[in-house]
Amino acid sequence: MIAAAIGLPALSAPAALAMMDSPSLAHLGLLDIAVIAIYFVMVIWIGFYLKGQSNTSEEFFMAGREMTAWIAGLSFVSANLGSLELMGWAGSSYQYGILAAHWYWIGAIPAMLFLGMVMMPFYYVCKTHSVPGYLKLRYGQGSSFVAAVSFAFMTVLMSGVNMFAMAEVMKIVLGWDLNFSIIVSSLAVAAYVALGGLRSAIFNEVLQFVLIWGGAMLVPILGLVETGGWEGFKARLAHNIATGDVPVGDYTHMWRSMGHFADNPMGIHWTGILFGLGFAISFGYWTTDFLVVQRVLAANSLRSARLAPVIGSFFKMAVPFIVILPGLLGLVVLTNSNGSHMQLVGENVVKVCARSASGGPADSAACSAALATTSVLPATRAAVLAGTGDVQLHSYNEVLPLMMVRYLGPGLLGLGITALIAGFMSGMAGNVSAFTAIFTYDIYQPHIVKNARDDHYVLVGRIVTIVGVVISIGAAYLVMNAAGIMDYVQALFSFFISPLLGVVLLGMFWKRATKAGGFWGLLCGTLTSIALWAWVKADPTALRFVAISPDAKDMAENMYRALWSVITSVGVNVIVSLFTKPKPLSELASVVYGVTPLPTEEPVPFYKNEWTWTAIAVVLFAALNIYFW
Amino acid sequence: MHSSGISIWFFNGILLTVYGVLVLAYGIFELATHQTANVVLANLHAPVWWGAILLVLGLFYSVRFRPSRTK
Repeated sequence: MIAAAIGLPALSAPAALAMMDSPSLAHLGLLDIAVIAIYFVMVIWIGFYLKGQSNTSEEFFMAGREMTAWIAGLSFVSANLGSLELMGWAGSSYQYGILAAHWYWIGAIPAMLFLGMVMMPFYYVCKTHSVPGYLKLRYGQGSSFVAAVSFAFMTVLMSGVNMFAMAEVMKIVLGWDLNFSIIVSSLAVAAYVALGGLRSAIFNEVLQFVLIWGGAMLVPILGLVETGGWEGFKARLAHNIATGDVPVGDYTHMWRSMGHFADNPMGIHWTGILFGLGFAISFGYWTTDFLVVQRVLAANSLRSARLAPVIGSFFKMAVPFIVILPGLLGLVVLTNSNGSHMQLVGENVVKVCARSASGGPADSAACSAALATTSVLPATRAAVLAGTGDVQLHSYNEVLPLMMVRYLGPGLLGLGITALIAGFMSGMAGNVSAFTAIFTYDIYQPHIVKNARDDHYVLVGRIVTIVGVVISIGAAYLVMNAAGIMDYVQALFSFFISPLLGVVLLGMFWKRATKAGGFWGLLCGTLTSIALWAWVKADPTALRFVAISPDAKDMAENMYRALWSVITSVGVNVIVSLFTKPKPLSELASVVYGVTPLPTEEPVPFYKNEWTWTAIAVVLFAALNIYFW
Repeated sequence: MHSSGISIWFFNGILLTVYGVLVLAYGIFELATHQTANVVLANLHAPVWWGAILLVLGLFYSVRFRPSRTK
């Protein structure tokens, strides 16, 4: 095991047992294999084709700043459309209902529009190569270095998450060996990013975006046909709740149950959604995470750079159709092989109840205890404990593959699986290309080799791409022992991204913010986040203080922790800045609001104007929230 | 993205065309032989119409963004 070789924890025994013991959901035919193989050939072909166009650092790391608004916008969304989007949120919607769509709407759209309309001019006009690069221009080397190191750390871990998630999907759906999936996908990503740089990553992200829709959209369409449309789905859901097949809850409204932490299964209050998710996490991710901002910085003009997030926001609003809706439909259409209603459970329960050679769970007592914590019906529980074979336990995260297997025959199943692989690989490639740029521009160039030739940095970029993939592989094996992918990623967001938001926002809109203020704000915000996380880990009852309610659950903790870290970051920045000497205004030109002359853009018809499309996006966003209130 | 030679939309078009042909061909095979796959709603013959949609989109992008036109 690679994990053991690099000193990381190996796959735990129960988890390995569960993985080896569960039969795959589907078997691919020749046609499906051909569909997947063609995809891999295409991405490698693109990598080789673009190799000749990635010779300078500007071409390799910034795609030559030649991307149109559409390409930058689709890439912007696609880089985020990784494992969490496809499997994690489908599973969350099965578990929590349409509440999961908050992460797509309030948790993304306002921030994306803010990035395009308000922040993008500053990023674009100062011609920075990265977000830490912006911090260097605004605050100096200290905060830039802290941001670069934390971001580099986060990206390789995120890449590992993607890699592991993909391998697990392949294991669950096709029975493929985890190691095989990890090696094949990482080799493909390493090849096309190392060859073509950011341009190759962006090209493949656009390709992957189209594939994801082409492969995954059929599932909700057929699901709605089966249930008789949205109204038919709601009627069947109400019936299943009445019979006990589905736990009691409001699965189709987003805000009604947010009045108190105890009123919804996520254990969240509307203030947490609005300020924690809608501001601290969302703005932190969509406006300062270099993984997504890098795509927009590659745009060919300021107008394209502003339009790209706006275009992306429309597609982001539509993603719940292929992610959230299949999870919801799974609540009413999935059945066991004996025709009974299928009830999905947490991964921990699936692992504890993994079958032994005799057919039943290896540890019946532990399995029975685990099942008792779920809402699984007595008949299902008895069948699982008896190991009769006609009832197989599946986890929430398997809902999307289960739905694919339900509706997609030969060829289409291959397309659906390719969509999943494409989503995972775009997430990995996005992280690896961002890691490469950050390491080369913000760590290697300023601190290790300062004045080398341009082709030296391109070579370093290619090597770092390979190294980033290798570290990601190690991270993938590390993730295998994490309690849950979602918790893990949410924790990372609040550690690094949210404090950065406070520093970037103050730096961009407050002339008085100083170098020392930025550095200490970023450091204290990050430490606050880590400390709060560690506090709750050590003493779970501390959750009542962090998330301001004894009824709060993990998701709420993440949101409030992000909020506290932003507040700390801003507060420390303001206090330290007031006691230290600010930069002269002449040094702040092009990086701070009020002293940056923005270029005037040529007038265009209203239907090509970014403000028009922003207004339409705002109206659509409001309509969706009101409809599903 | 035209300045790099072949447009990304052309790559998209080629891939969708190939997938469209494969899926549509299988759908027609199903229709002709009545050997439908063991999936829910197989009677809707999704491979036929979904494959056709992919093929039409693929051909549109392949032709619209073919290299000789975008250079």
